[in-house]
This record gives sequence, structure tokens and C-alpha cells, in this order.
Amino acid sequence: MNLGSSLYFTGAEVGLSIVGLVLLLVSAWGGPRSARMVTILTVSALFGATLFSGHLFDLAASDMAGRAFGDLYRADTFGSFAKILIYLATIAVLMVTPRFFDQRGAYRPEYPVLMLFNAVGMGMMVSATDLMTLYIGLEMSSLGSYVLASFLRNDTRSAEAGLKYFVLGALASGIILYGVSLVYGFTGSTNYDGIRAAFSLEFSTGALFGVVFVLAGLAFKVSAVPFHMWTPDVYEGAPTPVTAFFATAPKVAAMGMLVRMAMEPFAGQVDAWRQIVIFAALASIVVGALGAIGQQNLKRLLAYSSINNVGFILIGLAAATPAGVAGVMTYLAIYVAMTVGSFTALLMLRDPMGENLETFADIAGLSTRRPVLAWCLLALMFSLAGIPPLFGFWGKFVVFQAAVQADLIALAAIGIAASVIGAFYYLKFIKVMFFDEPTRDLEHESPAGHWVVLGLSVAVISPLGYFLTIPLGEWSAAAAASFVAAM
Amino acid sequence: MEFPILSLMLAVPLVAAIACLFLGAQSARMVALFATLFDLALGVLLWLNFDIGGAQWQFVERAEIFAGFSYALGIDGIALMLIMLSVFLMPICILASWDGITKRVGEYMAAFLLMEVLMIGVFAAQDMFLFYIFFEAGLIPMYLIIGVWGGDNRIYASYKFFLYTLLGSVLMLIAMMWMVNEAGTTDIPTLLNYDFSPQAQTWLWLAFFASFAVKMPMWPVHTWLPDAHVQAPTAGSVILAGVLLKLGGYGFIRFSLPMFPEASAQFAWLVFALSMVAVIYTSLVALVQHDMKKLIAYSSVAHMAIVTAGLFAFNVQGIEGAMMVMLGHGLVSGALFLCVGVIYDRLHTREINRYGGLSINMPKYALFFLLFTMASIGLPGTSNFVGEFLALAGLYKVSTLVTLVCTTGIILGAAYMLYLYRRVAFGEQRNADAARMPDLNAREWMMLAPIAAATLWMGVYPESFLAPMRQDIAALEVRMARAAPEGDSQLRVGEPMERNANFVAAAHGAEGAH
Repeated sequence: MNLGSSLYFTGAEVGLSIVGLVLLLVSAWGGPRSARMVTILTVSALFGATLFSGHLFDLAASDMAGRAFGDLYRADTFGSFAKILIYLATIAVLMVTPRFFDQRGAYRPEYPVLMLFNAVGMGMMVSATDLMTLYIGLEMSSLGSYVLASFLRNDTRSAEAGLKYFVLGALASGIILYGVSLVYGFTGSTNYDGIRAAFSLEFSTGALFGVVFVLAGLAFKVSAVPFHMWTPDVYEGAPTPVTAFFATAPKVAAMGMLVRMAMEPFAGQVDAWRQIVIFAALASIVVGALGAIGQQNLKRLLAYSSINNVGFILIGLAAATPAGVAGVMTYLAIYVAMTVGSFTALLMLRDPMGENLETFADIAGLSTRRPVLAWCLLALMFSLAGIPPLFGFWGKFVVFQAAVQADLIALAAIGIAASVIGAFYYLKFIKVMFFDEPTRDLEHESPAGHWVVLGLSVAVISPLGYFLTIPLGEWSAAAAASFVAAM
Repeated sequence: MEFPILSLMLAVPLVAAIACLFLGAQSARMVALFATLFDLALGVLLWLNFDIGGAQWQFVERAEIFAGFSYALGIDGIALMLIMLSVFLMPICILASWDGITKRVGEYMAAFLLMEVLMIGVFAAQDMFLFYIFFEAGLIPMYLIIGVWGGDNRIYASYKFFLYTLLGSVLMLIAMMWMVNEAGTTDIPTLLNYDFSPQAQTWLWLAFFASFAVKMPMWPVHTWLPDAHVQAPTAGSVILAGVLLKLGGYGFIRFSLPMFPEASAQFAWLVFALSMVAVIYTSLVALVQHDMKKLIAYSSVAHMAIVTAGLFAFNVQGIEGAMMVMLGHGLVSGALFLCVGVIYDRLHTREINRYGGLSINMPKYALFFLLFTMASIGLPGTSNFVGEFLALAGLYKVSTLVTLVCTTGIILGAAYMLYLYRRVAFGEQRNADAARMPDLNAREWMMLAPIAAATLWMGVYPESFLAPMRQDIAALEVRMARAAPEGDSQLRVGEPMERNANFVAAAHGAEGAH
């Protein structure tokens, strides 16, 4: 294990960090004028990182998983799969961002640079196999997120969102850190393999506390109930493109981190964490569904929707089998497409003055004003509700199937029954767009970039997506195979 | 490799649906009509080429293009008949909406064509999850049809329809997953002969029952139906009553009975009890309705109760009868909704009291309406008589009490239908505007005449419809025989007398000759 191979396996992060530092200098000297160029460069860097991760995925699928820097970090199929999702989501968000800030004259080159560092942190989160790397990646991503949330610094809601996110995020980081120190204290190792070996010898109550604390902190990061309270506020207050970002990439990263935690160091203690995950899953589904019902603000609604979706993802994790992990990965991929699409559509809703709209009253009768946009949103909402033949159904299908195969039939039955509550507010979305009379004027044109992102995500979640089931299933299975040795 | 006719039947309306989204009103109507007629022609071709007495599954197609399930199509006689019903009703639905729908015509036609794809798909699917996808997907276009083009209270009705049926079906999905996990295949023909342990069957049966009972709909989960029917546009009601309600019965025949015979026998009492309540209760409710559509909706629930009771009779007559009631009811209730639609288009009200004496100014209409009223009652010579008679005859072998109660449904049916007919068509012309309404036009003739012909055909010569299904129903009975409950009527074929009953002894005969 030499330095060369270590650098190679961490190539995506190293490369992105270097690009980030260079772009930071460019933006410092170039000022706001360089914003467009920095964005384009960031997108191309992320695209390159995506390709490189794809290459590592192939490599890891055929070869052994690449351990870097004395097993602080692992470039395996799981990490690469998650990273591809993270980078693609970040690219999509960057593509639809500038127009939103241009309206307010607030777009600056720091934004893409922050996203870039965030992406580096998230890449570390999903690949870390040591508690130290994990924590560094987590903080790197989180700090960037706090700044992004309050990026519209003259807007009180945005500033408030940033502050809330920071305070609560710091609390969660503290909880994780406390759990990490307990785990370290009881196992004498920060390495995942070491922890698992130590746990297999003895799993004391103190270690259990450590596991619970770590999981609680991670639940905050994925905004699973009961640690979800920050989500609606932050999602509503943050600028819409930033919300789109929060709902996609960091969610994938946090979920990837959680899955790796559960399936590697804690793999021997499934019984210890499964009940926590089951509770969080069911509570997220129910609270996410009930909380959304009364909402008038669409961003808040989508925040609850993301809580709801996390619940379904956790059902796959609760299965604690390769099929469950594969289900989680498939779900995440579909979830990213659905969420990116929904937020892009939301960004395309502007009044003739260019002001962004975000309440139910604004989309009334959308189907007569902007039929194509309305049909896209219809597909997205039915997909989020998990109604076949839209592809969102497939995400739910794979996680529930994994749960059934793991003999968690009661969990699957309750979870799926609760999903019907969620269907209610997605239906409301459609009802307002299609059944109600239009009340206000909307901007008639949207830029091509938005249409591309929306069109691609809708194509994925449309019934055409079922042709992806075979490749997606293979990739997810390959990703889940990273943990087979651990199980 | 055979010609993939089933895929073609799915593809034609699908392509037309997408085209309709981009077309203007008149061209969308034409495209929709043409596509549905083309599908009808394909359906006729399907029927003609169906080999009666041949292989159980015909026109089989299979493509492994998805992970976890396969694109597998194929039909037996039961599915064939239901597909025929769907493709037969679709062009009529398009015609029914020809003038009535003026806003967003393209989207409307697209929704209907999509509906047709999904209905054919449900009946043709040979893969469990493919079936589920088609089964559930039907909610989307129907939700839009009710919500966008429905009546005043359409939003409530559309929500109720959607959430009710969704809640019913999701548990079925979990049960399907368990079955697939246990049996290791998603192939329906294989699963039909897989024996699940009786204990598991109980749970699986209940999960499937939750879904099919809502779709059917059975009392007490029928309440979504009157709302949906009343608010849906005419063609929506036709499809809802004509085909969507048959999904529940089809589900029982395809899944519950053959896959879980022990559990079906175990829960037969439940089905019987619910059916008896439904027959009496919903018939009585129908009797007091002021809204024509609501009345017919409640009558549908009562008719469907005879279907469920017949299905759980566990014998050939019962199941054949249930199938015939489903087909007959599909035609007749669809036609009744069309009849309501015809006068609704003229007067824009469904209130029974706003009409009266229509046989004076609309004699042709009154004639059709009378025919369908009689068919709904189950008069001999019409489709429903055959079905109801068979179903009740089959049921009689199992339980005289249930038969007794269910048969009162026919009497009550006569009561509410004749009462409706008297108030609408006979009597004096109370309302001047109703008295001025013109009789049927050519388009309405084209809608009603084919259904009338089919109703009579089914009533006079049901063999055409029973023949393709006979073998499949016999196979189903064999499959269920091991769990068939003991009948209480103890029917015994008696010893025939030596002579005819009217035989008169030779001596008397000689006397009589005097």
C-alpha cells in the first residue's frame, strides 16, 4: 500500500480539492464577474470526478476494494456508487442555480466553490472507514452547508435558516463525536474493521451507548424522525437551489455514511441497532406524511416529503441484508432524480416579474398556464407517492421486498400502509395544479438548462425508467457487495 | 414466435394517448375513436383466434426486460372475455364524450386511452408484479378523469376514490412479495398451482381480500363508489362500472380462489355475510335515491354482491354465473349510465324528479332505457338473467339461506329499477323543459344499439361467452375441490319415474277418448 495507490484511490477528492483551491483564488481575484466561469469549471470538475468514480467502481467491482492511507479510506463499489450520485446531484443543482440568484443580483463565485468543497466532504463521508476520516468529511460538508443556507445574507429567512442549521448541526456533530469517543473508548480502535473485531469479542452496555449516540447523530444528518425538526425550517428559509441541494446530495452522503456504519463496524450487532432504525423508519414515514398535510409552502412540503422518503430508505437498511443495501442504493438513485426534478420545476415557477413562487396558491391551475410543466410535476408527485407505473414505485418496491425477504413483514406492512397517508398530500399537489382554477400569471418561458435537468429527471422517473431496473439492480448489488465480507 | 397481438393491443392506445396530448380537440376525438375501434378489431381477432379447448394460456409473450419481474402476457378464456368487454366499451365511451366534453379534450382522450392500456394490461398480465403495476396505475387516469372533468363535488370524490383503493391494494403488494419470496417465481400460472401452507394462506387471503373487496366493491367498503360514480363524467362512470369493478372479481378468480383454496373456504362465511348484507342493504338504499347515477351505483354494489357470493360457491355453476353477471353487468350498468348521460347532456341534472313522461317525447330513448332496465332486473332473455340464475343455482348447492337472501336482491332490484323507470319515462310530463328534449341522435344510437345487441345475444345464446371460459372454470373447480365446503341443501339426483308425469294409463286414455 504505497502513497501512489492511496492517492489514486482518493483521486476524486484530491482532484476536487485542488480544483477548489484554485477556483477559490480565481474568485478572490476575479470577483463576481468570474462567477459564471467558476460555475462552469466547477461543473466540469465534478463531471470529471463522476467519470473517475465510475472508473473506480468498475475497478472495485472486478478487483479488490482499494484501501487508502492505512485503511482510513476505502474506494469500493459502494462509495463510488454513492459518489456518482452525489456529484450528479451537485451538478444538476449547479445548473439550475445561477438564475435564481441573478434575479437578486446575489450570485457570487463562492457559491460553486462552496459546493465543490461540500462535494469533497461528502465523498469522504461515504468512503471513510475510520471514525476520524468520517468526522472530518462530515464537518467539511456541514460547514459548507451552513454557509450555503445563509447565502442570501440580506434575506432574514435565509440567515435564520443558516443559523438554525448551524446550531442544530453542531449539536448533532457533538452527539456523533460523543458516540465516537465512547465507541473508541470501549473498542480501542477508530478503524471500522478494528471496531467490528472488538465488538465481536464483547459488546458492553457502554459500547451500546456509543452506537446509539452515533446513530442518533446520523439520524439528524439524514433528517429522520425524531431528529427532523430542523428540516422544514431550513428547507423553507434557505434559497431554493440550496434547498434542492440539501434534499439530494447531503442526504445521499449521510445515508451512505449511515449504511456503511451499520453494515461494517456495527454489522455484528444488527439486533442492537435494528430496532432504532425500524422506529426511525416508521416514525419518519408517519410524521413526514402527517406533517406535510397542512403545509401551504411547497418547499416546506418537499421538506416533509424528504423526511417521508428517508423513512422508506431506512426500511431497506433495517433489513440489514445485501438486498436491503442494494434497495437503499436504488431508492437513493431514484430519490435524487425525483427531488432534483421537483425542485427544478419549483425554480421554474416565477411570476412575470421573475419573482420565484413557492406556495400552493401560486400553482393553482398550473395545468392550463404551463401544461408541460404541470404534467412533469404530476409525474414527479405520483412518483414520489410511489404509484406505479412511475419509477418511484420501484424504489419502494425494492426496499419493501428486501424487508419481506428479511422476514420483517410487520414492518413492511405498517410502512406501506402509512405510505397511503403520504399519497394524500401529493394528490393535493396535483389537485391544485389540475383541478383548481388559475389565479395568477406566471412567467411563460424557462431557460433551456432548467428544461434539460427537468426533462432528464422526468425521463428517469417515467415508466421508461423500468428499462433501467436491470442495470440499476446490478450496480446496486455490486455496491452492496462491498459489505458482503463484513456480514 | 407468434405475432404479439396482446402487445399490439397495449401499444395502439398508448401511442394514441401520447398523440392526443399534443392534438387539438377534434383531431384528438378522431384519433381516440380510431384507436379504440382498432383495438376492438384486434380484440375480435383475438377472440376468433382463441382456441377453445386448446392450451390454457394462449397468445403468450414473454420478455425479460425488467429486473425482479418479467414482461409476460397471456390470456385464458376468462381474461379473454374481460378484455373483450373492455375493448367493446371503450369506443362507446369515446362517443359518449364526443359533445359533452369541451375543455381539455386532448388530455381527456389521453386519459381514457391510457385507461384502456391499463385495463387490457391487468387482464393480460401473467406476471404478478406486472399485474400489480397495471392494477395500481389505473388510479392515476381515473383520478384525473373524475377530478378534472367531474361534477361539482369532484374533488372529494376523486380523493376518496384514490385513497380508498390505494389503501386496499398496498397490503396486497406485501403479500405478493411474500409469495414470490416463498415460491421463488413471479409467474402467475406457476403460482396458481403452488400450495401455500394453510396458515400462510389465511394472511395472504386477507391481504388480497382488502384490495379486491374495495375494488369490487363489497359492503362496507363500497362508499367510494357512489361518490365516484356521481361525480365522474358519463364515460368515466361507464368505465368504472363496466370494467374497473370487474377487477375485483377477476382478482378473486385469478388469485384468491386458486392460490388460497383453503383460506377461501375458511372465509367463505365472511364473503357470504358481506354479500347478503350488501344485497339487501344497498338495494334498499337504491330504492330511496333521488339521483339517478347514485341509484345505479348502489344497484352495482348489489349486483356485485351476487358475483362474490357466486364465486365462493366453489362449484362450476357459481363461478360461471359470477363471470356472466360480471360481463352482463358490465354491459348493462354501462348502458344505464349512458342512458343517464343522454338526458343529462340535455337537461344537466341527474335529479329523478326533474324528468317524467319521457316516453312521450323520447320514445326511442325510452325503449332502450326499458330494455336496459329489464336487463338490470335480470329478465329472461337478457344477459343478467343467465348470470344471476347460474350464480344462484351454484350458490344453492352450498347454502340455501344465502341463496334465499341473495335472491331477494332480484325482487328488490325489480322494485328500484321499475320505480326509477316509472318516474323518468312514464307518468305525465311534469317539467316543460324535460318535455321539450329531443329524442336520440345518430351518435347516441351508435352508442346504445351495440350494447343492446350484445345484451340480447348474451341472454339468448350465452354459449358463445361461456364456451371459452368453460375449461378454465373447470380447472379452477378442480383446483379448489379439495377445500370445497359441504353444501347444506344436500341435493340428490332423484330416480326418474318410469313414465312422464302427464302419462295417463291406457284404460283412462281409452275413457278420455270418448
